[in-house]
Amino acid sequence: MRRKIVRYFFWQKFCFLIQSASVVRLIILLIPFFASSFSSAQLPRTPEGNPDLNGVWQSLNEANWNLEAHIASQGPTETLGAIGAVPPGLGVVVGGIIPYLPNMLEQRELNHNQRRTEDTEAKCFMPGVPRANYLPHPFQILQADGDLMIIYQFAGAVRSIYMSDQIDAPVESWMGWSNGHWEGDTLVVEVTGLNANWLDRSGNFASEFVKVTERYTLIDSDHINYEAKIEDPSVFTNPWTIAMPLYRRIDPQVQLLDFKCVEFAEELMYGDLKKVTSKIKE
Amino acid sequence: MKIKKVILLCPFVYLISSYQAHSQETPRTSWGDPLLQGYWTNTTVVPLERPIELGYQEFYTREEALEILATDVVEQETEFGTVADVHYQLDDYGLSREQTDVVLNLRTSILTVPRNGRLPKLTASAIARSDELDKINAEHGFDSAQSRPYAERCIMWRHEGPPLLPIGYNSNLQIQQTPEFVVIITEMIHDARVIPMRTSAPESAKIPRWQGSSWAHWEGDTLVIETTGFSGRLNAWGTKAEMSTSAKVVERLRRNSEDTIDYEFMVEDPTIWEAPWGGSYPMLATTPPLFEYACHEGNYGLENNLRGARAEEVK
Repeated sequence: MRRKIVRYFFWQKFCFLIQSASVVRLIILLIPFFASSFSSAQLPRTPEGNPDLNGVWQSLNEANWNLEAHIASQGPTETLGAIGAVPPGLGVVVGGIIPYLPNMLEQRELNHNQRRTEDTEAKCFMPGVPRANYLPHPFQILQADGDLMIIYQFAGAVRSIYMSDQIDAPVESWMGWSNGHWEGDTLVVEVTGLNANWLDRSGNFASEFVKVTERYTLIDSDHINYEAKIEDPSVFTNPWTIAMPLYRRIDPQVQLLDFKCVEFAEELMYGDLKKVTSKIKE
Repeated sequence: MKIKKVILLCPFVYLISSYQAHSQETPRTSWGDPLLQGYWTNTTVVPLERPIELGYQEFYTREEALEILATDVVEQETEFGTVADVHYQLDDYGLSREQTDVVLNLRTSILTVPRNGRLPKLTASAIARSDELDKINAEHGFDSAQSRPYAERCIMWRHEGPPLLPIGYNSNLQIQQTPEFVVIITEMIHDARVIPMRTSAPESAKIPRWQGSSWAHWEGDTLVIETTGFSGRLNAWGTKAEMSTSAKVVERLRRNSEDTIDYEFMVEDPTIWEAPWGGSYPMLATTPPLFEYACHEGNYGLENNLRGARAEEVK
């Protein structure tokens, strides 16, 4: 009986992954169709003629829970009840599966088992790239003269995208070093010098040797087609890509607010060092 | 090692050069606003408050200022084996003021208002609150992470402002401009103030924010930034008492030359000080980039302080 149940879940997950991989492929195939229905000439543009990416953007998917397709499940903190549950997602990985080296799958499993305490998001560490773009928080692109800048609400992370005077990453950092250029109407950003970091709440990860190549393509005034190719031979057998739309936050008066999450991570990180019967200042 | 760059600013020469720069060659953005975008430092040896013995003396002579600079930017040797010898070796990390750009400002203090260059008297309620916090801190200061100062917890450093004030090292900032926004990022601790160009407070001013809610407009070639809506949690300057949610800060930035921005500010919080106060200093263009200051991610100091306190308790 138990074997039958296991086999059932295996096939359910297998079919789900195959279907979801097809859905991601379908989305990728359809994006140019929808983009073509919104003429390139209609795109908002800067005075220099590039697509105008200025604005507050946010993803709207379950990628931060798990980049791969996944069913709904109990979250890492069961005491939160359904509030902390993992919502289902079709996945954003082109092809459906992240191509881990066999021995790296063990690390993902280990991460998954320790996700409540070890996920860098839980610790309020800067999220790195590409994760910063699919956290459930808005971010703002600033584009005018010279370099671009992206400011993230989560943890106050910020990155400059150097459009000229480009150099190799001078040092490793959490948000990495971003060199950008335009390929037609697509902003292409090569990100290196990233620290090893988690890619989602399920334990997917990349090492400090990762190179991320992002492509931002404005497909109409309120949507960006976002793709990120992830290359890390120390963790993956071959490069792989995620793809998702980014949505303009059109709420009136929308702006980034404070999410200085350090104070929300302190109990998790330093709670065991608290004096018994502590009186908190605030 | 970075090359030390010292700009000598005699007040008179400074005024003349700023007039010329403004009238002839203020760098501008592609849409015509004065160009503030770039990388700047406000590293200085000028103290926030004027030494009491100087009274109303606003400026040093050039010779006096050079002598102070020569003394203050040099790291003082400490005696091996003493408590004073236990410190960051700043020049190992390029953080010594000997290794960074320093603006020579002839002022005797950053504060220019009140005229004595000193913070105004604290209100009775601010003194009482400060005393209360001192007592709590003496008894419970190491009880938990939440008992430690915000700076040690990597939540907020006071110099980030507003107003922006110099700090001992990494006193660098980046300004980014679009027609609709000005962004000011302080290297420590990578907080970005996204300031909309508008003439009234943004929606966020109705909720408390760590650095308040700012908005800005141009008065001629001067960028005027107003900020209200503070958190009510950060210590005010010169006291443990918290700056109130009703505090207001006005900053004025003016590009005076290829290399400098003149920065002025005024602070009002009647719950803390009996009068407004303010000051000014020049910022100097510095070499990019602004490096990522991952304060929280590398905060071994907080953990070690708590471990030390717990170890002390079991002795």
